[in-house]
Amino acid sequence: MTAVTDRQAQAVRRKSPPGHPRRRITREAAAAWVLVLPFVVLFLAFTAGPVLGSFGMSFTDIKQRDLRTPLSVNGVGFDNYAKALSDETFRKAAFNTAYFVIVGVPLTLVVALGAAVLLDRGIKRFQALFKVAYYLPVVTSIVAIAVIWRFVLSPDNGLLNTALGWVGIDGPNWLASKTWAMPSLIAMAVWRNFGSAMIIFLAGLQGIPQSVEEAGQIDGAGPWQRFRYLILPLLRLTILFNCVTMGIGYLQFFEEPFVMTKGGPLDTTLSVSMYTYNQFGFGNYGLATSMAYILFVVIAVVTFIQFRLLKEK
Amino acid sequence: MRRTWWIYLIGVLGLVAVAAPFLWMVLGSFKTQGELLRVPPTWWPDQPTSQNYDELFSKANFPRYFLNSTLVALAVTAGNLVFCSMIGYALAKLRFKGRNALFVLVMATLMVPGMVTFVPLFVLVTNAGLANSYPGLILPFLVSPFGVFLMRQFFLGLPDDLIDAGRVDGTGELGIFARIMLPLTRPALATLGILTFLGSWNNFLWPLVIAQTEDKYTLPVALALYSTGQNAQNYGLLMAGAVVVVVPVLVMFLAFQRHVTRGIAITGLK
Repeated sequence: MTAVTDRQAQAVRRKSPPGHPRRRITREAAAAWVLVLPFVVLFLAFTAGPVLGSFGMSFTDIKQRDLRTPLSVNGVGFDNYAKALSDETFRKAAFNTAYFVIVGVPLTLVVALGAAVLLDRGIKRFQALFKVAYYLPVVTSIVAIAVIWRFVLSPDNGLLNTALGWVGIDGPNWLASKTWAMPSLIAMAVWRNFGSAMIIFLAGLQGIPQSVEEAGQIDGAGPWQRFRYLILPLLRLTILFNCVTMGIGYLQFFEEPFVMTKGGPLDTTLSVSMYTYNQFGFGNYGLATSMAYILFVVIAVVTFIQFRLLKEK
Repeated sequence: MRRTWWIYLIGVLGLVAVAAPFLWMVLGSFKTQGELLRVPPTWWPDQPTSQNYDELFSKANFPRYFLNSTLVALAVTAGNLVFCSMIGYALAKLRFKGRNALFVLVMATLMVPGMVTFVPLFVLVTNAGLANSYPGLILPFLVSPFGVFLMRQFFLGLPDDLIDAGRVDGTGELGIFARIMLPLTRPALATLGILTFLGSWNNFLWPLVIAQTEDKYTLPVALALYSTGQNAQNYGLLMAGAVVVVVPVLVMFLAFQRHVTRGIAITGLK
């Protein structure tokens, strides 16, 4: 008995000698948890929780009528996923989303890089003005932009067709055409988003020392060769970052078809996000979450592939 | 000399392409319905009228939507400034168990689409009795992974010496955060505040789902529903509505643009 007490007393003494730094660490950890706690609570309740909840729901037959009793639903295994993947409309939405991303992301990045090079190498006067102006569309509401663009693209008296009329081109009814509706949405997305990638490219370009280009000049490389073989490889991480963030954003496009086309004509601009939202509107919560998860997995895989392709070389 | 001439020409053409839709919107909002339908269209309003704005503010209840958007954006911004700077400091400067795991977990949610969380979130918020309420609009956005990332990056750049000096002086850990470190992050807070405000102002999916009666609509929700509903053909009203949604953020952005572009560049490069 006494021996045990002695050992305990020793242990206590060893644990907290006065002024030892170890006590400070625990105080530090305590402070850390106080600082972290509000975030963690909100994060668990409104982000992490719903991510898991969504996963669970995607394996149930939960519908709108179960809204008040979300725990009394039946598991249906992979039925929702099977249903989504065999649904013609969902496949069409997946195709449209791929179209939007595969054409839209590279186009946005090319325009953004072009604008960044223009500002970095060409435009010295009023550079700040051009930069801010090109960035303006990024900060505006997609809904408002979509409303405006509907008027810009309107067939008879829209801005675009009027301008095309000056050079003798008879523009189509952009948003009502099965061929032109999607390219119109892509054009609008490029117009709205290139500014944010441009800012990042600009920061990347400005981080490249002048000596790199000078070295190329001495070696007799022309402007295009210097850009292609010296500048572009140095921008790889910046390109990766832009590719990943644009890709994640474009894969989720929703407001554009919601406001401009309602997914039409004949579902040619229906996106996965919009179809998911429609299923939610019909009350098919389980099906909607399975579609959202398919999108999530695609986003994760695409992001991973981009990292593999662009990071190591 | 000749080379710079055509470079500036391209630059100015770009400016025109960016600005034209905005000008079209502003000018269109002062035209009558008859003039908006005219072929070919007019550029300057023939007889400038404020009737679209009168309708927007008297019949269409836009002051209410404006108030809702402002209220929600301010609350969301305040929450992000407080909570993200707190956790950002802890993740950057304090040693505690699970720090790296927490950071990785938060960053992983950066690529979770809003579509994934909104259905369970809707079920949760509805059962908590918060559907169609301000807390329902605000609570899910009080913290953001982006805000955590931004604040952590900024705190990482501040020297540890300041913290050690505070400890030597006998300042408590929370005091060091609040009185010594936080005041130094003013530039990052400005960036986070503006980006959060803009993001909340433009947010669409969640308010569309959770605001069920007109008195809780935010501006984008109201504009989207007007433009696809019975007012779809009321072009002047929609143009004026778009102006009310867009112009406040444009003005705000122009006033604070340095903070916005710097913040984007910070997150992009590190």
